[in-house]
Amino acid sequence: MATYVEAVRGSHSMDKSITLPPDEIFRNLENAKRFAIDIGGSLTKLAYYSTVQHKVAKVRSFDHAAKQESDGEPLYEISVQEEITARLHFIKFENTYIETCLDFIKDHLVNTETKVIKATGGGAYKFKDLIEKKLKLKVDKEDEMSCLIKGCNFVLKNIPHEVFVYAKHGDSEFRFQNTHPDIFPYLLVNIGSGVSIVKVEAEDRFERIGGSSIGGGTFWGLGALLTKTKRFDELLQLASRGQHTSVDMLVKDIYGGAYGCLGLTGDLIASSFGKSATAEKEFSKEDMAKSLLHMISNDIGQLACLYARLHNLSRVYFGGFFIRGHPVTMHTITYSINYFTKGEVQALFLRHEGYLGAIGAFLKGAEEDNPNQYCWGENYAGSSGLLSVSPELNPMQRERSGTFDMLEMDRLERQLVNLPLLQDSSSYIPDTVDLTEDTLAREYWLCCFEEALDGVVKRAIASQKDQPEAAERAEKFRQKYRDKLQTLRHQPFAYGSLTVRSLLDTREHCLNEFNFPDPYSKIKQKENDLALKSYQRVLKTLEELSWEQRQIALVRGLLAGNVFDWGAKAVSDVLESDPEFGFEKAKQQLQERPWLVDTYNQWIERLKGPPHKCALFFVDNSGMDIILGVFPFVRELLSRGTEVVLASNSGPALNDVTNGELQILTERIAAMDPAIQASLSEDRLTLVQSGSSSPCLDLSRLDKVLATVVRERGTDLVVIEGMGRAIHTNYYAALSCESLKLAVIKNSWLADRLGGKIFSVVFKYEVPSIIQGHH
Amino acid sequence: MFLNTTGCLWILSFPWFGMDIGGTLVKLVYFEPKDITAEEEQEEVESLKSIRRYLTSNVAYGKTGVRDVHLELRELSMCGRTGTLHFIRFPTAAMHRFIQMGRDKNFSSLHTTLCATGGGAYKFESDFRTTADLELVKLDELDCLIHGLLYVDSVGFNGHPECYYFENPSDTQACVKQPCSLAHPFPMLLVNIGSGVSVLAVYSKDNYKRVTGTSLGGGTFLGLCCLLTGCETFEEALEMASKGDSTKVDKLVRDIYGGDYQRFGLQGSAVASSFGHMMSKERRDSISREDLARATLVTITNNIGSIARMCAVNEKIERVVFVGNFLRINTVSTKLLAYAMDFWSKGQLRALFLEHEGYFGAVGALLELLKASEDP
Repeated sequence: MATYVEAVRGSHSMDKSITLPPDEIFRNLENAKRFAIDIGGSLTKLAYYSTVQHKVAKVRSFDHAAKQESDGEPLYEISVQEEITARLHFIKFENTYIETCLDFIKDHLVNTETKVIKATGGGAYKFKDLIEKKLKLKVDKEDEMSCLIKGCNFVLKNIPHEVFVYAKHGDSEFRFQNTHPDIFPYLLVNIGSGVSIVKVEAEDRFERIGGSSIGGGTFWGLGALLTKTKRFDELLQLASRGQHTSVDMLVKDIYGGAYGCLGLTGDLIASSFGKSATAEKEFSKEDMAKSLLHMISNDIGQLACLYARLHNLSRVYFGGFFIRGHPVTMHTITYSINYFTKGEVQALFLRHEGYLGAIGAFLKGAEEDNPNQYCWGENYAGSSGLLSVSPELNPMQRERSGTFDMLEMDRLERQLVNLPLLQDSSSYIPDTVDLTEDTLAREYWLCCFEEALDGVVKRAIASQKDQPEAAERAEKFRQKYRDKLQTLRHQPFAYGSLTVRSLLDTREHCLNEFNFPDPYSKIKQKENDLALKSYQRVLKTLEELSWEQRQIALVRGLLAGNVFDWGAKAVSDVLESDPEFGFEKAKQQLQERPWLVDTYNQWIERLKGPPHKCALFFVDNSGMDIILGVFPFVRELLSRGTEVVLASNSGPALNDVTNGELQILTERIAAMDPAIQASLSEDRLTLVQSGSSSPCLDLSRLDKVLATVVRERGTDLVVIEGMGRAIHTNYYAALSCESLKLAVIKNSWLADRLGGKIFSVVFKYEVPSIIQGHH
Repeated sequence: MFLNTTGCLWILSFPWFGMDIGGTLVKLVYFEPKDITAEEEQEEVESLKSIRRYLTSNVAYGKTGVRDVHLELRELSMCGRTGTLHFIRFPTAAMHRFIQMGRDKNFSSLHTTLCATGGGAYKFESDFRTTADLELVKLDELDCLIHGLLYVDSVGFNGHPECYYFENPSDTQACVKQPCSLAHPFPMLLVNIGSGVSVLAVYSKDNYKRVTGTSLGGGTFLGLCCLLTGCETFEEALEMASKGDSTKVDKLVRDIYGGDYQRFGLQGSAVASSFGHMMSKERRDSISREDLARATLVTITNNIGSIARMCAVNEKIERVVFVGNFLRINTVSTKLLAYAMDFWSKGQLRALFLEHEGYFGAVGALLELLKASEDP
């Protein structure tokens, strides 16, 4: 370790001693194409496009017509297939390793179609020959600034928690911003050796409106002269320990106090280095570095504000090596912007700021694949996340391979858009609790996920009994996810705001990474099968009830179905120990009315009125939930003349019913139930996919088809069911139509927080105030 | 008390001083009456004579005080008297010695008012009171600056214009200083470069606002020069700067792009990163103190130019007047500012300069003294 540190600190000479672990760093090189490289002053960023072969679970209906149904036959066939998906890889490493890395890439690169590598960044000239010689690829230089902007647009569009404000003394230092659906216009202040200020108005329309020669290079160069300290990071550390007041002339040094009539406080710097104009005194390195840092940050902040005001822009992003995750510079820039704009403009920073150039260069080279036409999602399993460069913040000093920082993005199968029924899409935040800010909740959930890990591993192995190496893969999964949890303990902001949703999604990504596409497929199959057998009996019981009795029974059925949830630890324990845990038993577990949140009476009153035109129903679990809970409820809505759109996940997550499964189930139910059959054939009951593979629900990233259907049908009721979709997310989501959020709280900690007990019921029927006025 | 011919209500007793106590320098203007009658001279107390003699017969005071003889305004008529306005400066660090001298020369017995502006008027107020038994009249520095500037421009510089600009600022060969008139000064952007910098938008004599300021000013230039080169005075720093080459220290656009950065219309000769070459050890080992001084001067000057230009555009003002002692004997900076205003605004903005650079605050303070005598 010591020699490694020396090698990095010592000089910029090449370090060839490093050996690269192939399945950790430059992954999926076999199919890699469209390389791009961005070589900066000290870091190299490499980008490539690759395809990954993934195991996916598919369900397929048996041909029931040709085959006699028998009790022993499963409901449908599950097959694990290989699917090829596109993935973008971005890797960041120190320039010293560039030769080793190029060798490594050459050795592992099988694909020979690639002829060209796009290059950007100041170092692209310097390493041109080396790259051409090693990789036998022609270096094609791209303009730095256009790459930067292209990259910036890309992350702003595709990564929900990309943007944050920095608050040194806040509960959480990083406060992530909601992504605004329209990212333009904005100002990008890139602080490299100098400063460039660029106004971006559209994807391909931007202009360098100004700049300054006083930038990161000035801090580094002047700092090196003044303090005899060579490295940029060391200079920043010196600065963070220094006191600028011994070097700078403050207003109070001139006035003896504040300059009241101009509103200049005494502590304001009147003249940077104003006290050092004397040969009589020695100044400490720390103090000079601090004074220099203030001088440069304030100057940049001032210019940025002048330009923002001139062009009437309020979104100002800061980037460049001067910023790059350094808490010290983010703090001084934030302070300066606050001062000069009196709080009107916030300094915004980007989580993947270091990758912008490489992403942009890559996109320029990949235009024929048209990556901008697709939506991409950050793969939490393959990405390092934002690691603070400050040693105080990052006690887990990175291992050798940790000097390689990675970002991987998966191409999503579909375009994701906002639910058109959100009251205000720009202020919509899916998650109910931000664990980055809520320390208690964070500790609880991190522990909870850690404790549940054994069970998940066990289930993963059980789902692939026929594969002997499954245990080994499951172990790797365990290691990976545990590492992620560990990282998040230290740096909760690594992947944006930490939420229960992001913890769940990260787990899904990690499972996929190790080819456990659907650990619950068999359980789901079995439960679906069992539930189907009870469908007609449940319907019959319901039909015997009076209207009033039936309504409450339907709701209780929905809630009872919701008790079956492998995602909640309390329930999976029960299910594990008592497989016969039945529908009736589940109903008994439910809290009696009044529920924890109980607007049932309003709902019933509403049902006595005219029918809804169309209901959009976000469904949750397989088995009892969807078959004995959701379908009877939906059937009642249909009988009232309401059209129903059932939205289910596109890909598997826990025991949630997927769109593929739901299609088969619906077919089977239709075969038993003429009412459902009729609704389907009349197109009054429609199935759509949500576009998600998460147990939670982000209403701002939904399948475009869903949005279209919702709009076309004039949807006026949204039902969201389950803890993941209605409690962890969307509990406070405001919709422009009526909504019903219902869930059973299957976690005693969360129940406690909400003021209830385990198996408390939330039944939240809401009418937006505008509509309420009409009633 | 009687009314004299020019309308002053009463004859203000001498001596007439105006003082501006800045962060680095104290600027003092002294009106020496040349129309003293024999009668008057006889009545004059000894201490007053002694002050006049001391100030007018020397061009240097102590180790650090200087009278800028070339700036004096002769045959100036003020408040009914004719005389010479003298311009004196000394470091703020010598303020305590100055106050002691005031005590030794028994200044407090003269029944005069001492009008002072600048931050030091506040900072040293109690020292004046306790050490020299003198009560300061404290005046706002920006009011004084504007009033002093307009006054000096109106009386002219001994028959010549006070104001000047540079013709052909973009051409080093053809760039020449040209006197001009500030007959219609408003609106103007006034950039005062002392230890720090204040930028004012001035719409009339009494209507102005402070637009912004920066802490990168004259104090920064001198402070950094002292640390980087070991020099001790402004003159020394400027002397070194005049011999240095900043391109050995600064990274230019062409150092990065090999030439112009055409995509953004940046010339190869533009500075991309001030002190950018100093990131490399080899470069640090190969530069001279003069180069460092020059780079410091160019960095600070360009930055002020850039902020001034942005403010002018934001405030929609075309006339940018630069004042302050940073510009004293500093043609490198004045020419650079003239160039920067012209080049970056494509000829829309004009940089104007004034001969009495840093003394307007002190003149403004003196005018307040005289004005007090006009009001009943």
